[in-house]
Amino acid sequence: MSVNVEEKLGIDKFRVDENNAHIFIKNDPDLAEFYKLHLACPAGLYKFDDKYGCRFDYAGCLECGTCRVLGGETVLEKWEFPHGGMGVEFRYG
Amino acid sequence: MSDFETIIVGGGLAGLTTAYILAKEGVETLLIERGNFAGAKNVSGGRIYSHSLEKVIPGFAGEAPLERRITREKISLLTADSAVTADYFSPGPGAPGRDSYSVLRVGFDQWLAGKAEEAGAQIVTGIKVDDLLLRDGNVRGVAAGDEMTADVTVLADGVNALLAKKLGLRAKLSPAQVAVGVKEVIELPAAVIEDRFQCGGEEGTAWLFAGQPSGGKVGGAFLYTNKESLSLGVVCTLEGLAAGVTTLPQMLEDFKGHPAVAPLLAGGKTVEYSAHLVPEGGVDMVPRLFTGGALVVGDAAGFCLNLGYTVRGMDLAVGSGDCAARAILQARRAGDYGAGTLGASYQNALNDSFIMKDMKLYRKFPHFMEKTPRIFSGYPEMASDLMARLFVVDGEPSRPLYKKVASSLKGVGALNLMLDGMKGVRSL
Repeated sequence: MSVNVEEKLGIDKFRVDENNAHIFIKNDPDLAEFYKLHLACPAGLYKFDDKYGCRFDYAGCLECGTCRVLGGETVLEKWEFPHGGMGVEFRYG
Repeated sequence: MSDFETIIVGGGLAGLTTAYILAKEGVETLLIERGNFAGAKNVSGGRIYSHSLEKVIPGFAGEAPLERRITREKISLLTADSAVTADYFSPGPGAPGRDSYSVLRVGFDQWLAGKAEEAGAQIVTGIKVDDLLLRDGNVRGVAAGDEMTADVTVLADGVNALLAKKLGLRAKLSPAQVAVGVKEVIELPAAVIEDRFQCGGEEGTAWLFAGQPSGGKVGGAFLYTNKESLSLGVVCTLEGLAAGVTTLPQMLEDFKGHPAVAPLLAGGKTVEYSAHLVPEGGVDMVPRLFTGGALVVGDAAGFCLNLGYTVRGMDLAVGSGDCAARAILQARRAGDYGAGTLGASYQNALNDSFIMKDMKLYRKFPHFMEKTPRIFSGYPEMASDLMARLFVVDGEPSRPLYKKVASSLKGVGALNLMLDGMKGVRSL
């Protein structure tokens, strides 16, 4: 079965900070490095798109830090935690 | 004069334990949590060994929101469609401090936060600490919108340890030292859980899996029974994931679909999807744990033990919070929060505790797992093949048992099996 990550993220509670992206990726990231994040991001936020190439959206981020460790210097421009009170809010944990 | 005697950054088990002990001793303590409540950002696989918290709050299991006391341990080697499982059931130990429990952190951490507040700690939530205040090379508090000063700052900000990194205490994490876990909480009625996992009303199962879940990479899967849900997830090192072809969310989906796992989940409803990094590098990834005016505790300090058959982090977090609190009390009595007194007390307390003793004892194990891919790809197939040779009867003339075993060993090689076994046992 092919996984539908969006559907799973839809169950979670998020307070998305529309005014502050807590993760920025570089403009033209190396494709091989981006692919690593595509494989490892638990929220499936690092996507490939026929039209636009690499695509990333911080909404739905589970704030684990995987991309920071794996692509902090290659793909990412910035990685921070969201502002206080924003981002994912677990109900079970 | 500082605003607080101690400021703790992060409301997980390490930070909350520190806050509870200090507040009880009358230390002016502020804990700052970036989530909207303590636990809002916290995820664990799901089992806490009770010994270290029992020491801090005797009898805590009687009042804390624990899920089930673990009485059944299972370990499975999975191939794509088979499972070879070891199953250990024992109603014991049933003694405070020797039991372990499944746990869901949002409820549990809020309970511990309540205990800390009751003891007199101040907890502010929804505020992120952006930076540390430094004076003459010593940490003197935090910048979190406003600046707040403290005699001691405890860095309990979790595995990413951004603050310890800013202080230069921690080197960059390497993808081989860190694993990422992805987890679902799946709701099922208590009666269904007790039937499927053969456990009594308050009892539960802890189950680890190797092989298929991580696609043969260094990693595995876990399943813990809660009262009315299962905590189920897959863990894989970042290095393993980056070298593979399957996404982590897909690994979890494939594991859920495994023919030996799917029937256990049937009819369940996923109510949360979460993820967390796990510091799996062992004692070699532990950073410098202090500087003048600051201590590092819990996941931020890399305190975690993955021994394959059991995974520990929460009891180490609690234990390190305990050590930090005792070091702070000692420094307070001496009136000296410099690295010499505060840091040395903390390091000594850790060295004398189970934390550094266990971390040092198992120093070689992370390396062993990393260098022995056969555990994750090779042995599961071998075990399954051997079982098939033993249990499949198809009318073909049978062969002596030793020949069946020898044929199964061929894939991996008997010598490799022996050497891996010896190396593995020695690293434990």
